[in-house]
Amino acid sequence: MSFLLTCPNCGEREVTDFAFGGEVVPRPSSKPSERELNTYNYFRRNVAGLQREWWNHRSGCRAWFLAERDTTTNEVRWVALPGA
Amino acid sequence: MLDLFRKRRMWRPTAELKDNYDVVIIGGGSHGLATAYYLARDHGITDVCVLEKAYIGSGAAGRNTTILRSNYKTSEGARFYDASVKLYEGLGAELNYNLLFSQEGHLTLAHTDRAMFVMVERAEVNRLAGIDSRVIGPEEIEGLAPAMAMSRDAVHPVMGALYHPPGGIIRHDAVVWGLARGVDRGGAEIHPYREVTGVERSNGRATGVTLSDGTRVGAGMVVNATAGWSSTIASMAGVELPITTHILQAFVTEPLKPLLDVVIVSSQMHVYISQTDRGEFLIGAEIEPWTTYRQQGTLNFIQEASRHTLELFPQLERARILRSWAGLCDISPDFSPILGDTEVENFLISTGWGTYGFKAAPIVGKTIAERIGTGTTPDLIEPFALERFYRDRLVSELGAAAVSH
Repeated sequence: MSFLLTCPNCGEREVTDFAFGGEVVPRPSSKPSERELNTYNYFRRNVAGLQREWWNHRSGCRAWFLAERDTTTNEVRWVALPGA
Repeated sequence: MLDLFRKRRMWRPTAELKDNYDVVIIGGGSHGLATAYYLARDHGITDVCVLEKAYIGSGAAGRNTTILRSNYKTSEGARFYDASVKLYEGLGAELNYNLLFSQEGHLTLAHTDRAMFVMVERAEVNRLAGIDSRVIGPEEIEGLAPAMAMSRDAVHPVMGALYHPPGGIIRHDAVVWGLARGVDRGGAEIHPYREVTGVERSNGRATGVTLSDGTRVGAGMVVNATAGWSSTIASMAGVELPITTHILQAFVTEPLKPLLDVVIVSSQMHVYISQTDRGEFLIGAEIEPWTTYRQQGTLNFIQEASRHTLELFPQLERARILRSWAGLCDISPDFSPILGDTEVENFLISTGWGTYGFKAAPIVGKTIAERIGTGTTPDLIEPFALERFYRDRLVSELGAAAVSH
Protein backbone atom coordinates (compact mmCIF):
# COMPACT_ATOMS: atom_id res chain seq x y z
CA MET A 1 0.00 0.00 0.00
CA SER A 2 2.66 2.45 1.05
CA PHE A 3 5.10 2.46 3.97
CA LEU A 4 5.34 3.68 7.54
CA LEU A 5 7.90 5.91 9.13
CA THR A 6 8.43 6.60 12.83
CA CYS A 7 8.82 10.25 13.79
CA PRO A 8 11.24 10.45 16.75
CA ASN A 9 8.79 12.83 18.46
CA CYS A 10 5.32 11.67 17.40
CA GLY A 11 5.64 7.96 16.64
CA GLU A 12 4.61 5.81 13.69
CA ARG A 13 2.78 7.51 10.79
CA GLU A 14 2.09 6.85 7.13
CA VAL A 15 4.77 8.18 4.76
CA THR A 16 2.30 10.76 3.36
CA ASP A 17 2.60 12.57 6.71
CA PHE A 18 6.22 13.39 5.90
CA ALA A 19 8.22 15.43 3.40
CA PHE A 20 11.26 13.69 1.93
CA GLY A 21 14.49 15.66 2.26
CA GLY A 22 16.74 13.47 0.13
CA GLU A 23 19.85 11.45 0.92
CA VAL A 24 22.41 12.83 3.34
CA VAL A 25 25.08 14.57 1.25
CA PRO A 26 28.38 15.69 2.82
CA ARG A 27 28.74 19.46 2.67
CA PRO A 28 31.63 20.82 0.58
CA SER A 29 34.49 22.81 2.09
CA SER A 30 33.83 26.44 3.05
CA LYS A 31 35.32 27.70 -0.23
CA PRO A 32 34.28 25.06 -2.76
CA SER A 33 35.35 25.05 -6.39
CA GLU A 34 32.57 25.34 -8.98
CA ARG A 35 32.75 21.58 -9.55
CA GLU A 36 32.61 20.78 -5.82
CA LEU A 37 29.63 23.06 -5.30
CA ASN A 38 27.71 21.68 -8.28
CA THR A 39 28.53 18.12 -7.23
CA TYR A 40 27.04 18.90 -3.82
CA ASN A 41 23.98 20.55 -5.38
CA TYR A 42 23.15 18.01 -8.05
CA PHE A 43 24.96 14.66 -7.83
CA ARG A 44 23.57 11.84 -5.69
CA ARG A 45 24.70 8.31 -4.81
CA ASN A 46 21.09 7.09 -5.25
CA VAL A 47 21.96 3.66 -3.85
CA ALA A 48 19.84 0.57 -4.26
CA GLY A 49 20.17 -0.52 -0.63
CA LEU A 50 20.71 1.20 2.71
CA GLN A 51 20.42 4.97 2.40
CA ARG A 52 20.77 7.61 5.13
CA GLU A 53 18.26 10.37 4.43
CA TRP A 54 16.43 13.43 5.73
CA TRP A 55 12.72 13.54 6.53
CA ASN A 56 10.50 16.31 7.83
CA HIS A 57 7.33 15.57 9.79
CA ARG A 58 5.36 18.06 7.69
CA SER A 59 1.88 17.19 8.98
CA GLY A 60 3.01 16.66 12.57
CA CYS A 61 5.67 18.23 14.81
CA ARG A 62 7.50 19.68 11.76
CA ALA A 63 10.87 18.42 13.02
CA TRP A 64 13.63 17.37 10.64
CA PHE A 65 15.13 13.99 11.42
CA LEU A 66 17.40 11.32 9.95
CA ALA A 67 16.44 7.83 8.88
CA GLU A 68 18.20 4.85 7.41
CA ARG A 69 16.05 3.05 4.87
CA ASP A 70 16.58 0.17 2.49
CA THR A 71 15.53 1.65 -0.88
CA THR A 72 14.96 -1.81 -2.36
CA THR A 73 12.30 -2.72 0.27
CA ASN A 74 11.43 0.66 1.89
CA GLU A 75 12.12 -0.94 5.28
CA VAL A 76 13.23 1.77 7.75
CA ARG A 77 16.09 0.56 9.99
CA TRP A 78 16.27 3.46 12.42
CA VAL A 79 15.28 7.12 12.87
CA ALA A 80 17.01 9.78 14.97
CA LEU A 81 16.92 13.51 15.59
CA PRO A 82 20.10 15.18 14.29
CA GLY A 83 22.80 15.38 16.96
CA ALA A 84 20.99 12.85 19.17
CA MET B 1 -4.72 -23.32 -44.66
CA LEU B 2 -2.51 -25.19 -42.20
CA ASP B 3 -0.05 -22.36 -42.59
CA LEU B 4 -2.45 -20.19 -40.57
CA PHE B 5 -1.57 -22.16 -37.46
CA ARG B 6 2.15 -22.29 -38.03
CA LYS B 7 4.08 -20.50 -35.28
CA ARG B 8 6.43 -17.92 -36.68
CA ARG B 9 9.33 -16.80 -34.56
CA MET B 10 9.69 -13.05 -34.19
CA TRP B 11 13.45 -13.38 -33.89
CA ARG B 12 16.23 -15.96 -33.80
CA PRO B 13 16.74 -18.02 -30.65
CA THR B 14 19.20 -16.39 -28.26
CA ALA B 15 22.74 -17.06 -29.46
CA GLU B 16 25.69 -18.04 -27.28
CA LEU B 17 27.30 -14.95 -25.78
CA LYS B 18 30.58 -14.12 -27.48
CA ASP B 19 33.69 -12.99 -25.60
CA ASN B 20 33.73 -9.60 -27.22
CA TYR B 21 31.51 -7.12 -29.10
CA ASP B 22 32.11 -3.74 -30.72
CA VAL B 23 29.19 -2.36 -28.69
CA VAL B 24 27.53 -3.72 -25.53
CA ILE B 25 24.22 -2.06 -24.64
CA ILE B 26 22.98 -2.54 -21.07
CA GLY B 27 19.19 -2.50 -20.96
CA GLY B 28 16.75 -4.20 -23.34
CA GLY B 29 14.12 -1.51 -23.26
CA SER B 30 13.02 0.94 -25.91
CA HIS B 31 16.25 2.99 -25.72
CA GLY B 32 18.68 0.06 -25.77
CA LEU B 33 16.86 -1.68 -28.61
CA ALA B 34 16.50 1.55 -30.61
CA THR B 35 20.24 2.20 -30.26
CA ALA B 36 21.06 -1.29 -31.54
CA TYR B 37 18.56 -0.86 -34.37
CA TYR B 38 19.96 2.47 -35.62
CA LEU B 39 23.58 1.29 -35.20
CA ALA B 40 22.91 -1.33 -37.90
CA ARG B 41 20.57 0.79 -40.03
CA ASP B 42 22.60 4.00 -40.20
CA HIS B 43 26.16 2.93 -39.53
CA GLY B 44 26.41 -0.74 -40.47
CA ILE B 45 27.57 -1.62 -36.95
CA THR B 46 26.17 -5.09 -36.22
CA ASP B 47 28.67 -6.58 -33.77
CA VAL B 48 26.33 -5.42 -31.04
CA CYS B 49 24.89 -7.14 -27.98
CA VAL B 50 21.91 -5.95 -25.92
CA LEU B 51 21.98 -7.30 -22.35
CA GLU B 52 18.71 -7.29 -20.41
CA LYS B 53 18.40 -8.50 -16.82
CA ALA B 54 14.79 -9.71 -17.25
CA TYR B 55 12.66 -9.99 -20.40
CA ILE B 56 12.83 -7.25 -23.04
CA GLY B 57 10.55 -4.30 -22.30
CA SER B 58 10.12 -5.37 -18.65
CA GLY B 59 11.17 -2.00 -17.24
CA ALA B 60 9.98 1.48 -18.15
CA ALA B 61 9.28 0.48 -21.78
CA GLY B 62 6.46 -1.76 -20.59
CA ARG B 63 5.20 0.45 -17.75
CA ASN B 64 4.74 3.90 -19.32
CA THR B 65 1.44 5.44 -20.38
CA THR B 66 2.31 5.29 -24.11
CA ILE B 67 1.88 9.04 -24.75
CA LEU B 68 3.91 10.71 -27.50
CA ARG B 69 4.19 14.49 -27.81
CA SER B 70 6.76 17.22 -28.43
CA ASN B 71 5.22 20.39 -26.93
CA TYR B 72 8.06 21.04 -24.49
CA LYS B 73 9.03 24.33 -22.91
CA THR B 74 12.70 24.76 -23.89
CA SER B 75 13.80 25.10 -27.51
CA GLU B 76 16.40 22.33 -26.94
CA GLY B 77 13.73 19.99 -25.60
CA ALA B 78 11.06 20.85 -28.17
CA ARG B 79 13.23 20.23 -31.25
CA PHE B 80 14.61 17.02 -29.72
CA TYR B 81 11.18 15.51 -28.93
CA ASP B 82 9.84 16.76 -32.27
CA ALA B 83 12.53 14.76 -34.06
CA SER B 84 11.43 11.76 -32.00
CA VAL B 85 7.73 12.06 -32.85
CA LYS B 86 8.68 12.36 -36.55
CA LEU B 87 10.72 9.14 -36.33
CA TYR B 88 7.81 7.43 -34.58
CA GLU B 89 5.49 8.50 -37.42
CA GLY B 90 7.51 6.42 -39.88
CA LEU B 91 8.61 3.64 -37.55
CA GLY B 92 5.67 1.27 -38.02
CA ALA B 93 6.09 1.22 -41.80
CA GLU B 94 9.85 0.94 -41.54
CA LEU B 95 9.70 -2.01 -39.11
CA ASN B 96 6.73 -3.49 -40.99
CA TYR B 97 5.04 -3.85 -37.62
CA ASN B 98 1.79 -2.22 -36.56
CA LEU B 99 2.60 0.07 -33.64
CA LEU B 100 -1.03 1.32 -33.39
CA PHE B 101 0.13 4.94 -33.33
CA SER B 102 -2.97 7.08 -32.99
CA GLN B 103 -2.22 10.81 -33.39
CA GLU B 104 -5.56 12.14 -32.24
CA GLY B 105 -4.12 15.09 -30.36
CA HIS B 106 -2.96 16.04 -26.89
CA LEU B 107 -4.61 18.58 -24.56
CA THR B 108 -2.86 20.08 -21.54
CA LEU B 109 -5.59 21.74 -19.49
CA ALA B 110 -5.15 25.08 -17.76
CA HIS B 111 -7.27 25.81 -14.68
CA THR B 112 -5.69 29.10 -13.58
CA ASP B 113 -4.42 32.37 -15.09
CA ARG B 114 -0.90 31.32 -14.24
CA ALA B 115 -1.32 28.03 -16.10
CA MET B 116 -2.67 29.94 -19.11
CA PHE B 117 0.52 32.06 -19.18
CA VAL B 118 2.65 28.90 -19.15
CA MET B 119 0.59 27.40 -22.00
CA VAL B 120 1.00 30.56 -24.12
CA GLU B 121 4.75 30.51 -23.51
CA ARG B 122 4.98 26.84 -24.46
CA ALA B 123 2.89 27.42 -27.59
CA GLU B 124 5.30 30.19 -28.70
CA VAL B 125 8.40 28.04 -28.09
CA ASN B 126 6.73 25.21 -30.03
CA ARG B 127 5.71 27.45 -32.94
CA LEU B 128 9.26 28.77 -33.29
CA ALA B 129 10.45 25.16 -33.56
CA GLY B 130 7.81 24.49 -36.21
CA ILE B 131 5.72 22.30 -33.91
CA ASP B 132 1.95 22.29 -34.25
CA SER B 133 0.86 23.61 -30.84
CA ARG B 134 -1.57 26.37 -29.83
CA VAL B 135 -3.73 27.60 -26.97
CA ILE B 136 -7.46 26.99 -27.35
CA GLY B 137 -10.52 28.02 -25.37
CA PRO B 138 -13.29 25.99 -23.71
CA GLU B 139 -15.49 25.83 -26.83
CA GLU B 140 -12.83 24.19 -28.94
CA ILE B 141 -11.93 21.86 -26.05
CA GLU B 142 -15.55 20.74 -25.84
CA GLY B 143 -15.48 19.91 -29.54
CA LEU B 144 -12.33 17.79 -29.14
CA ALA B 145 -13.38 16.04 -25.92
CA PRO B 146 -17.17 16.20 -25.72
CA ALA B 147 -17.29 13.57 -22.97
CA MET B 148 -15.25 15.71 -20.57
CA ALA B 149 -17.01 17.73 -17.85
CA MET B 150 -16.52 21.43 -18.60
CA SER B 151 -18.79 22.88 -15.92
CA ARG B 152 -17.90 26.26 -14.43
CA ASP B 153 -18.98 24.79 -11.09
CA ALA B 154 -16.21 22.19 -11.17
CA VAL B 155 -13.56 22.17 -8.43
CA HIS B 156 -11.01 23.10 -11.12
CA PRO B 157 -12.90 24.75 -14.02
CA VAL B 158 -11.15 24.45 -17.40
CA MET B 159 -10.04 27.90 -18.64
CA GLY B 160 -8.21 26.73 -21.74
CA ALA B 161 -5.71 24.20 -22.99
CA LEU B 162 -2.51 23.79 -24.93
CA TYR B 163 -3.58 21.81 -27.99
CA HIS B 164 -0.94 19.69 -29.70
CA PRO B 165 -2.51 17.88 -32.71
CA PRO B 166 0.44 15.52 -33.47
CA GLY B 167 0.39 14.13 -29.91
CA GLY B 168 -1.20 10.79 -29.22
CA ILE B 169 -0.76 7.26 -28.00
CA ILE B 170 1.10 4.25 -29.38
CA ARG B 171 1.22 0.60 -28.36
CA HIS B 172 4.34 0.45 -26.17
CA ASP B 173 4.82 -3.33 -26.26
CA ALA B 174 4.60 -3.26 -30.05
CA VAL B 175 7.38 -0.66 -30.12
CA VAL B 176 9.58 -3.00 -28.07
CA TRP B 177 8.74 -6.08 -30.16
CA GLY B 178 9.00 -4.26 -33.48
CA LEU B 179 12.39 -2.80 -32.56
CA ALA B 180 13.60 -6.17 -31.23
CA ARG B 181 12.67 -7.84 -34.52
CA GLY B 182 14.42 -5.02 -36.39
CA VAL B 183 17.54 -5.47 -34.24
CA ASP B 184 17.51 -9.21 -34.85
CA ARG B 185 17.09 -8.84 -38.60
CA GLY B 186 19.87 -6.25 -38.64
CA GLY B 187 22.25 -8.84 -37.20
CA ALA B 188 22.75 -7.69 -33.61
CA GLU B 189 22.14 -10.01 -30.63
CA ILE B 190 19.62 -9.65 -27.81
CA HIS B 191 20.37 -11.52 -24.58
CA PRO B 192 17.52 -11.46 -22.06
CA TYR B 193 17.99 -12.65 -18.44
CA ARG B 194 21.61 -11.50 -18.42
CA GLU B 195 22.27 -9.13 -15.53
CA VAL B 196 25.30 -6.84 -15.59
CA THR B 197 27.00 -6.64 -12.18
CA GLY B 198 30.23 -4.89 -13.12
CA VAL B 199 31.78 -2.59 -15.71
CA GLU B 200 35.45 -3.24 -16.47
CA ARG B 201 37.79 -0.32 -16.93
CA SER B 202 41.38 0.07 -17.95
CA ASN B 203 43.27 3.39 -18.10
CA GLY B 204 40.08 5.44 -17.67
CA ARG B 205 38.15 3.71 -20.42
CA ALA B 206 35.43 1.07 -20.30
CA THR B 207 36.57 -2.26 -21.76
CA GLY B 208 33.71 -4.63 -20.99
CA VAL B 209 31.13 -5.85 -18.51
CA THR B 210 30.80 -8.74 -16.08
CA LEU B 211 27.54 -10.61 -15.56
CA SER B 212 25.93 -12.05 -12.43
CA ASP B 213 27.08 -15.57 -13.37
CA GLY B 214 30.69 -14.38 -13.62
CA THR B 215 30.81 -14.24 -17.43
CA ARG B 216 33.01 -11.50 -18.83
CA VAL B 217 32.06 -9.75 -22.07
CA GLY B 218 34.57 -7.42 -23.68
CA ALA B 219 33.32 -4.27 -25.42
CA GLY B 220 34.71 -1.47 -27.53
CA MET B 221 31.88 0.71 -26.29
CA VAL B 222 29.44 0.28 -23.37
CA VAL B 223 26.05 2.04 -23.39
CA ASN B 224 24.04 2.42 -20.17
CA ALA B 225 20.34 2.54 -21.13
CA THR B 226 18.78 1.32 -17.89
CA ALA B 227 16.36 4.12 -16.87
CA GLY B 228 15.64 3.86 -13.11
CA TRP B 229 18.69 1.66 -12.53
CA SER B 230 21.14 3.95 -14.35
CA SER B 231 22.81 5.15 -11.11
CA THR B 232 23.66 1.60 -10.08
CA ILE B 233 25.17 0.75 -13.49
CA ALA B 234 27.03 4.07 -13.76
CA SER B 235 28.56 3.60 -10.30
CA MET B 236 30.01 0.27 -11.52
CA ALA B 237 31.94 2.35 -14.07
CA GLY B 238 32.89 4.94 -11.47
CA VAL B 239 30.59 7.56 -12.97
CA GLU B 240 28.48 9.68 -10.63
CA LEU B 241 25.07 10.85 -11.83
CA PRO B 242 22.74 13.64 -10.73
CA ILE B 243 19.88 11.14 -10.64
CA THR B 244 17.36 10.03 -8.05
CA THR B 245 15.09 7.03 -8.61
CA HIS B 246 11.36 7.32 -7.91
CA ILE B 247 8.26 5.31 -8.71
CA LEU B 248 5.63 6.53 -11.15
CA GLN B 249 2.28 4.77 -11.11
CA ALA B 250 -0.62 4.17 -13.45
CA PHE B 251 -3.81 2.17 -13.59
CA VAL B 252 -6.37 1.08 -16.18
CA THR B 253 -10.11 0.64 -15.91
CA GLU B 254 -12.03 -2.22 -17.47
CA PRO B 255 -12.64 -1.70 -21.23
CA LEU B 256 -15.43 0.77 -22.03
CA LYS B 257 -17.01 1.96 -25.27
CA PRO B 258 -14.98 4.64 -27.09
CA LEU B 259 -15.62 8.12 -25.72
CA LEU B 260 -12.20 9.79 -25.65
CA ASP B 261 -9.72 9.93 -28.51
CA VAL B 262 -7.48 12.80 -27.38
CA VAL B 263 -5.00 12.62 -24.49
CA ILE B 264 -6.05 14.77 -21.52
CA VAL B 265 -3.45 16.15 -19.11
CA SER B 266 -4.03 18.35 -16.10
CA SER B 267 -0.85 19.33 -14.32
CA GLN B 268 -2.78 21.09 -11.58
CA MET B 269 -4.87 18.01 -10.86
CA HIS B 270 -1.80 15.76 -11.27
CA VAL B 271 -3.48 13.39 -13.67
CA TYR B 272 -3.34 12.36 -17.30
CA ILE B 273 -5.98 10.33 -19.03
CA SER B 274 -6.29 8.50 -22.34
CA GLN B 275 -8.45 5.71 -23.69
CA THR B 276 -6.55 2.80 -25.20
CA ASP B 277 -7.53 0.97 -28.37
CA ARG B 278 -8.85 -1.78 -26.11
CA GLY B 279 -11.21 0.73 -24.48
CA GLU B 280 -9.47 0.87 -21.11
CA PHE B 281 -9.07 4.28 -19.53
CA LEU B 282 -5.36 4.62 -18.79
CA ILE B 283 -4.66 7.00 -15.93
CA GLY B 284 -1.33 8.19 -14.63
CA ALA B 285 -0.16 10.75 -12.12
CA GLU B 286 3.14 12.13 -10.87
CA ILE B 287 6.15 10.49 -9.23
CA GLU B 288 6.25 9.79 -5.52
CA PRO B 289 8.47 12.37 -3.80
CA TRP B 290 10.65 9.81 -2.00
CA THR B 291 13.27 7.74 -3.77
CA THR B 292 12.91 3.99 -4.05
CA TYR B 293 13.84 0.98 -6.17
CA ARG B 294 10.80 -0.98 -5.03
CA GLN B 295 8.34 -1.24 -7.92
CA GLN B 296 5.21 -1.32 -5.80
CA GLY B 297 2.35 1.15 -6.00
CA THR B 298 0.47 2.98 -3.26
CA LEU B 299 -3.21 3.17 -2.39
CA ASN B 300 -2.95 6.97 -2.10
CA PHE B 301 -2.14 7.20 -5.78
CA ILE B 302 -5.25 5.25 -6.81
CA GLN B 303 -7.42 7.36 -4.49
CA GLU B 304 -6.08 10.72 -5.68
CA ALA B 305 -5.90 9.86 -9.37
CA SER B 306 -9.40 8.36 -9.44
CA ARG B 307 -10.81 11.40 -7.58
CA HIS B 308 -9.39 13.81 -10.17
CA THR B 309 -10.38 11.55 -13.06
CA LEU B 310 -13.97 11.59 -11.84
CA GLU B 311 -13.91 15.39 -11.70
CA LEU B 312 -13.14 15.38 -15.42
CA PHE B 313 -15.07 12.23 -16.40
CA PRO B 314 -17.95 11.65 -13.95
CA GLN B 315 -19.35 8.96 -16.27
CA LEU B 316 -16.50 6.68 -15.11
CA GLU B 317 -18.15 6.57 -11.67
CA ARG B 318 -18.97 2.85 -11.93
CA ALA B 319 -15.93 1.77 -13.95
CA ARG B 320 -13.86 -0.87 -12.22
CA ILE B 321 -10.09 -0.61 -11.94
CA LEU B 322 -8.57 -3.56 -13.73
CA ARG B 323 -4.95 -3.31 -12.67
CA SER B 324 -2.34 -0.84 -11.46
CA TRP B 325 1.43 -0.83 -11.56
CA ALA B 326 4.55 1.18 -10.80
CA GLY B 327 7.76 1.76 -12.74
CA LEU B 328 11.12 3.31 -11.86
CA CYS B 329 11.97 6.79 -13.09
CA ASP B 330 15.45 8.34 -13.22
CA ILE B 331 14.79 11.97 -12.33
CA SER B 332 17.39 14.60 -13.22
CA PRO B 333 17.56 18.00 -11.47
CA ASP B 334 16.31 19.93 -14.53
CA PHE B 335 13.81 17.35 -15.85
CA SER B 336 15.83 17.03 -19.06
CA PRO B 337 17.68 13.89 -20.14
CA ILE B 338 21.40 13.22 -19.84
CA LEU B 339 22.86 11.81 -23.03
CA GLY B 340 26.20 10.90 -24.49
CA ASP B 341 29.74 10.78 -23.15
CA THR B 342 30.95 10.54 -19.56
CA GLU B 343 34.36 11.07 -17.99
CA VAL B 344 35.00 7.35 -18.50
CA GLU B 345 35.90 6.95 -22.15
CA ASN B 346 33.75 4.54 -24.18
CA PHE B 347 31.04 4.54 -21.51
CA LEU B 348 27.96 6.33 -22.88
CA ILE B 349 24.75 7.06 -21.01
CA SER B 350 21.12 7.63 -21.81
CA THR B 351 19.57 8.61 -18.51
CA GLY B 352 17.61 11.32 -16.71
CA TRP B 353 14.53 10.14 -18.54
CA GLY B 354 12.23 10.65 -15.61
CA THR B 355 8.68 10.38 -16.82
CA TYR B 356 9.26 11.07 -20.53
CA GLY B 357 11.73 8.46 -21.79
CA PHE B 358 9.45 6.30 -23.91
CA LYS B 359 8.50 9.16 -26.25
CA ALA B 360 12.20 9.78 -26.95
CA ALA B 361 13.27 6.20 -27.75
CA PRO B 362 13.79 6.51 -31.54
CA ILE B 363 15.72 9.79 -31.42
CA VAL B 364 17.87 8.53 -28.53
CA GLY B 365 18.68 5.40 -30.55
CA LYS B 366 19.47 7.44 -33.65
CA THR B 367 21.64 10.05 -31.93
CA ILE B 368 23.55 7.63 -29.68
CA ALA B 369 24.16 5.40 -32.72
CA GLU B 370 25.45 8.49 -34.56
CA ARG B 371 27.76 9.30 -31.63
CA ILE B 372 29.15 5.74 -31.77
CA GLY B 373 29.26 5.51 -35.57
CA THR B 374 30.86 8.89 -36.28
CA GLY B 375 32.70 9.61 -33.02
CA THR B 376 31.09 13.04 -32.77
CA THR B 377 28.17 14.21 -30.62
CA PRO B 378 25.12 15.23 -32.72
CA ASP B 379 23.93 18.85 -32.25
CA LEU B 380 20.54 17.62 -31.14
CA ILE B 381 21.90 16.04 -27.93
CA GLU B 382 24.81 18.39 -27.28
CA PRO B 383 22.78 20.48 -24.74
CA PHE B 384 22.02 17.31 -22.76
CA ALA B 385 25.59 16.33 -21.84
CA LEU B 386 26.30 15.15 -18.28
CA GLU B 387 28.92 17.88 -18.02
CA ARG B 388 26.20 20.57 -17.82
CA PHE B 389 25.62 19.75 -14.14
CA TYR B 390 29.29 20.34 -13.26
CA ARG B 391 28.99 23.74 -14.97
CA ASP B 392 25.50 24.60 -13.70
CA ARG B 393 24.07 25.02 -17.21
CA LEU B 394 20.70 23.37 -16.81
CA VAL B 395 17.95 22.90 -19.42
CA SER B 396 14.88 23.34 -17.25
CA GLU B 397 11.78 21.47 -18.37
CA LEU B 398 10.15 21.74 -14.95
CA GLY B 399 7.11 23.52 -16.39
CA ALA B 400 6.47 21.04 -19.19
CA ALA B 401 7.80 17.68 -18.03
CA ALA B 402 7.55 17.40 -14.27
CA VAL B 403 3.91 16.44 -14.17
CA SER B 404 2.32 16.69 -17.56
CA HIS B 405 2.89 14.00 -20.12
